[in-house]
Amino acid sequence: MTVRTSEQLDNRGAPPDSPGRPSGPSSRRQAWRSRLYRFDVKGSPYLYVLPFFGLFAVFGLFPLVYTAIISTTAWSPRKPGSEDVSVGLDNYGKLLSDDNFHNSLINTFGIGLVSTVPQLLLALGIAHLLNYRLRGRLFLRMGVLVPYITSVAAVALIFNQIFARDFGLLNWVLQPFMDNPLDWRADKWSSWLAVSTMVIWHWTGYNALIYLAAMQTIPYELYESASIDGASKWQQFWHITIPSLRPTIIFTVIVSTIGALQLFAEPFLFDTTRNSNGGPEREFQTVVLYLYQQFWTNGRYGYAAAIAWTLFLITVVIALVNFLLVRRIRSADD
Amino acid sequence: MRNSGIVACVAATALVLTACGSGGESGEDGGGNTLTINVFGDSFSLPDNRELYDEYEKAHGVKIVENRSDFGTHHQNLQARLTAGSGTADLEVIEVGQVSGFIGQSEQFVNFKDKGVDSAQWTESTVQRASTADGGALIGLPTDIGGLAMCYRTDLFAQAGLPTDRDQVSALWSTWDDYVSVGKQFLTKMPKTKWFDAGGHVFTGILGNEEETFYNADGDLIVEDNKVVKDAWDLTVDAIKAGQSAALPEFSPEWNTGFQQGQFATITCPAWMMGYIQGNAPDTKGKWDIAKIPGGSGNWGGSYVTVPAQGKNVDKAVELAKWLTAPEQNVKLFKSIGNFPSQESTWSQPDVADFSSEFFSGAPAGKIYPESLENAPVQVVGPQSGVIGNTFAGALNSVEQGTDPEEAWESAMNDIKAAAGDG
Repeated sequence: MTVRTSEQLDNRGAPPDSPGRPSGPSSRRQAWRSRLYRFDVKGSPYLYVLPFFGLFAVFGLFPLVYTAIISTTAWSPRKPGSEDVSVGLDNYGKLLSDDNFHNSLINTFGIGLVSTVPQLLLALGIAHLLNYRLRGRLFLRMGVLVPYITSVAAVALIFNQIFARDFGLLNWVLQPFMDNPLDWRADKWSSWLAVSTMVIWHWTGYNALIYLAAMQTIPYELYESASIDGASKWQQFWHITIPSLRPTIIFTVIVSTIGALQLFAEPFLFDTTRNSNGGPEREFQTVVLYLYQQFWTNGRYGYAAAIAWTLFLITVVIALVNFLLVRRIRSADD
Repeated sequence: MRNSGIVACVAATALVLTACGSGGESGEDGGGNTLTINVFGDSFSLPDNRELYDEYEKAHGVKIVENRSDFGTHHQNLQARLTAGSGTADLEVIEVGQVSGFIGQSEQFVNFKDKGVDSAQWTESTVQRASTADGGALIGLPTDIGGLAMCYRTDLFAQAGLPTDRDQVSALWSTWDDYVSVGKQFLTKMPKTKWFDAGGHVFTGILGNEEETFYNADGDLIVEDNKVVKDAWDLTVDAIKAGQSAALPEFSPEWNTGFQQGQFATITCPAWMMGYIQGNAPDTKGKWDIAKIPGGSGNWGGSYVTVPAQGKNVDKAVELAKWLTAPEQNVKLFKSIGNFPSQESTWSQPDVADFSSEFFSGAPAGKIYPESLENAPVQVVGPQSGVIGNTFAGALNSVEQGTDPEEAWESAMNDIKAAAGDG
């Protein structure tokens, strides 16, 4: 948008230099003005984006660099003077052989998979349904967004009741089929399921709206001619909707993947002991939750910073892989 | 210090947290007439009872705003705000297991030695825990002390055919081994009820009668080779294996519900636990009683009131801290909430000694707790005592959920070494 603005200015205002005119005060003014215009054209786009980079430098780049610096220290507030003790890359070395970190990585990817795949499939289905001419369509469309605007803390409160061991709603429902009430936090699969349910509940509506917006850009004629050709609703969905949504699907996959890597609030709140242990045996302790535990509970600032940077690197790698995949899919299109 | 403010904000941003900049209420309104106090649990008030604050407000024309959060969050926030250099309340409560982690940052707190506090009113060891190693600074004033007893449900005991009289009950368990065997007896009659709330509480109770547990007096981490700790672990595991634990993680919502539903018959009961039980399950009034702790003595918990130096109302806050921890107030708190006064001089006062709790079927709490404390050792705490305690509670909880005890012990040891070995 900035570029267009300056082009408009350029076309509208800048008078062409006329080389034949004698030099004088007016021509000097003209030269100044033309310089100004040139600066406007060349420089203002940078000025427009500067605020973002300014903010990014303060809130993005600086923390990143500072975290890297902290990650090479043994800083703990509980040990006076430890702030300045440099340990080089020891923290990273320890991290490589830290079983709890490996466990948190597995949990993160596991929960990520269990939450993202059904979430996006559900969102696709919901968007497809909402794309029909329905009674009270606006109401329904807004309705799917309600979980998204609900605070995660409130969601967790409810789900903690549902997944409670002793007097939980779900255990009450399952009672006839089980000998003992299920302790949802005591097993990996059950706790992953519970945490994923919260994530799915929270994000499905959001993704559904994105899909819906994209679906509405698909020309209606395509469906029309397809139905004339005798294509069923399912065939229409599979052969028209899905291919048209490909860029949008790729976008949501990338965003959800990165979101899944940084999953924190749900597992944090699901551990009702508030020890950030993610279950007594770290059944659902994600990387960020482990980071949080090391930083806040155990006061290991240096180690936690190393976890933060490692997670950052992992995210970058995964984003790159995503990017390459996307490029490949795009080029396959051409 | 300005530097570390940036550091903390940076760290917090990097960690996707919002701790910075929040909670800066202190002194912003009321022109310095509002004092904020951050507490965990029930330090000075119950949700429906702030008599003590009201009294002070009336006498001194200030307003006291209390902000209560759970144990872990409270101490984490305090650390965050100290590192950030702003945002602490005028007064902050620190638990005894956490206090040594803050001693290293003594310059962040008002030194009560300079504020005309008579530290002789407490036992030397109590004061020592909140003092720097050289004894130059005292960062917190002791509030209460957690003498140990055993609270039990008389109704459940009667159903199980056990005696309900508190002296007879005390006689059932002169040692922790006895306690576990009585539990087995109880379960044969009452298979649907559990004997205690959580393995972690039994474990802490057993260690409450030991001097050196996780650290030795020199400050070395000795937990792995400490026979006392392993024995306590083994006994607790034995009880868990016998199905005695309700497996309710301490201080969790499930734990709170457990009180209301009568899921367990006994609970390791430091004086401050009386307040929790009353607050969590007011309907169980009259169903509880208090017996002696197995082993006869022990101590668990207690807190200190500190005044962070960054506050804007330091002088007024110091006055309030002194007042809140004065013997008269501590006695009042004991009677209303159950927190037992840390000043030994108060224990023989009729007000304390003759106090019996109606909620606990008239148990003479004023006699039980001093007796328990009389022979209780002074426990050695280190910078990561709180973390280690949490780790054990979690490990025992995993045993309750079916993890092999050997494995749970191994992984607890690894976690402890990681957390406390290098800080």
